[in-house]
Amino acid sequence: MSDTLPNFQLLRPDTIQAAVAILHDTENAKLCAGGTDLIVNMRRGLATPKALVDLTAIKEMQQITNDTEGLHIGAGVTLSELAQNTPHSAIAQAALAIAGPGHRFAATVGGNLCLDTRCQYYNQSHWWRKSNDFCLKYRGETCHVAPSGNRCRAAFTGDLAPAFLVLGAEVDIASPQGIRRIPLAELYSGDGTDYLTLADNEIVTKIHLPPGSAKSVYGKIRIRGALDFPLAGVAIAAKKSARETRFRIALTGTNSRPVLLDDPAPFTTNDSAETYFSALNKAVQKAASPQRSTITAPLYRKQSIGALAARLAQGLTND
Amino acid sequence: MKQIISLSINGKQFEDAVSDNMLLIDYLRNTRGLTGTKTGCDGGECGACTVIIDGQARPSCITLASTCHGASIETIEGQARNGILTPLQQAFHENLGTQCGFCTPGMILTAEALLRHNPDPSEDEIKQALGGNLCRCTGYVKIIKSVRTAAEANP
Ligand SMILES: Cc1cc2nc3c(=O)[nH]c(=O)nc-3n(C[C@H](O)[C@H](O)[C@H](O)COP(=O)(O)OP(=O)(O)OC[C@H]3O[C@@H](n4cnc5c(N)ncnc54)[C@H](O)[C@@H]3O)c2cc1C
Ligand code: SF4
Ligand code: FES
Ligand code: FES
Repeated sequence: MSDTLPNFQLLRPDTIQAAVAILHDTENAKLCAGGTDLIVNMRRGLATPKALVDLTAIKEMQQITNDTEGLHIGAGVTLSELAQNTPHSAIAQAALAIAGPGHRFAATVGGNLCLDTRCQYYNQSHWWRKSNDFCLKYRGETCHVAPSGNRCRAAFTGDLAPAFLVLGAEVDIASPQGIRRIPLAELYSGDGTDYLTLADNEIVTKIHLPPGSAKSVYGKIRIRGALDFPLAGVAIAAKKSARETRFRIALTGTNSRPVLLDDPAPFTTNDSAETYFSALNKAVQKAASPQRSTITAPLYRKQSIGALAARLAQGLTND
Repeated sequence: MKQIISLSINGKQFEDAVSDNMLLIDYLRNTRGLTGTKTGCDGGECGACTVIIDGQARPSCITLASTCHGASIETIEGQARNGILTPLQQAFHENLGTQCGFCTPGMILTAEALLRHNPDPSEDEIKQALGGNLCRCTGYVKIIKSVRTAAEANP
C-alpha cells in the first residue's frame, strides 16, 4: 500500500531553542503545529518537506498569561483553548469561526497566523493542478487569476489575524539570534507566494496584546455557515467616550495579507449615523482588494464586506 | 524513519512501529484492521474519519499516528459492548439517523464526545458540535433527532 503522505522525518523538540536549532540545521524542514492546514496541503502535494518540526511538545508555547503589560498568548495555544480563555469578543468569535470543532482541538494560534494563502487554482489535488499546468505560486509559470501579472494574488484567509490587529497585537519571533518582537502587521509581506516576512529559521512563539477596554467584534462571509474559510472577514474594535467612538478595522480573505485600515475619523455625536457608516462602508471596500481567487465574484466579496463592517461597527456604538 | 508508539485503542494497549509519515487513519485501518473508521475526503473536509483522542473528537486523516504516542483512542469498534449498542447507536438505528452509513462512525463518535461533556445539548449545540461532519444522505434532521433521543434516553 502506498503512503498517503510523502516521506519525511518527524522531529519533536520540547523547547523553543531546540526547535530553532533543528530548523536552522535541517535542510527543507517545515514547522507543523496542529497540522490542520499543512497536512491537508501535504496530502495534495503542495508541500514536500524533508523534515517536519512538530511544535506540539513545546510546553512554553502553550500558555496564556495576563499581567500589567497585557495578555500574552503562546503560539501553540489551541483555538478551542483560546476561545475559552480570551476576554476579547473578536478573538473568541474569530476562533470559533475557524474550521470545525474537531479541527479546533488541534489547530493553533501560530498556525492560524502563519496560514498559507489560498486560491481556487492552488487548493486542489495534484492531478487537477497538473492538468492546468500548475501556477505561479507552486511549480507553474503563470497566474491563472491575473495572467498578465507576475505576482501571486492568493488570499490570506486566517480569521484570527484581523482580530489581533485591531487590538494592537505584537508577536515574538524566535531565531538562533534570540527573540525579536514586531507589530503583527509586519509579519506579512503582501505577496501571495512568499506571504510571511519570517526567515527559514524563525518561529512565531508568542502574541502580546496590550491592556485595554476596547469592545470588539468579528464577522465573516462564507459559503457554508457551519464551516468554511472566509470569502472575506472583518474585525472591529471600538473605544467609546462620552462624545465619540473611535474604530479600528482590519480585514482578512480580501488581500494577500490581512489589512489593518488607517484609523477612520471618530464617530461623534454631531455625525449622522447614515452618512458616517456609509462612508465607513466605502472605506472598507476601498481597502479590500479581492481577486478571482475564489469561485465567488470579487465584487460580491468587496461589497458584502463593506456592508458587514458598517453593520458591525454601528452595532458596537449601540451597546 | 520509524518510531515506536504505545497507545490505548478502545481500552486495549498496543505497541507498534509506525513510519513518521503515517496518518492515524491509515494506522487504525491498515495496521490495526479497524476499518470502521472511514475516509470520506482527501483530507480534513468531511469528518467521516473522526475518532475520539483523549476525550476529544478529532479527524484522524490529518493527525500523524506518531503524535498519538501515549494517547487513548476510541473508534466505532469500541462502542457496542457484547453486542449491546450504546444509547447513541440505538438511537441512530431507531430514528434512521443512518442511511448509507458512511458518515455514521464519525457522527456517532462526535456525538458521543459531545454527550459526555454536555449530556443534555440543545438542537443548536448539537448542530455546532456536528458542524465538521458531512452527510450526503440523511439531510441531518434525523441525525440531530437521533442525538436528542440518545440524550433523553440517558437519565
Ligand atoms: C475543513 C477545514 C476548514 C478550515 N476552515 C478555516 C477557517 O474557516 N478559517 C481559518 O483561518 N482556517 C481554517 N482552516 C485552516 C486551519 O485549520 C486553521 O487555519 C488552523 O488554525 C491552522 O493551525 P495549525 O496549528 O493546524 O497549523 P499547521 O497546519 O500546523 O500550520 C500552518 C502553517 O503555519 C506554519 N506554522 C505553524 N506554527 C507556526 C509557528 N509557531 N511559527 C511559524 N510558522 C508556523 C506551518 O509551517 C504551516 O505553514 C480550515 C481547515 C480545514 C481542514
Ligand atoms: S493567485 Fe495566481 S499564482 Fe497565486 S495561487 Fe492563484 S492562480 Fe496561482
Ligand atoms: S476523511 Fe478525514 S475529514 Fe474527510
Ligand atoms: S448516511 Fe450516507 S453519508 Fe450520512
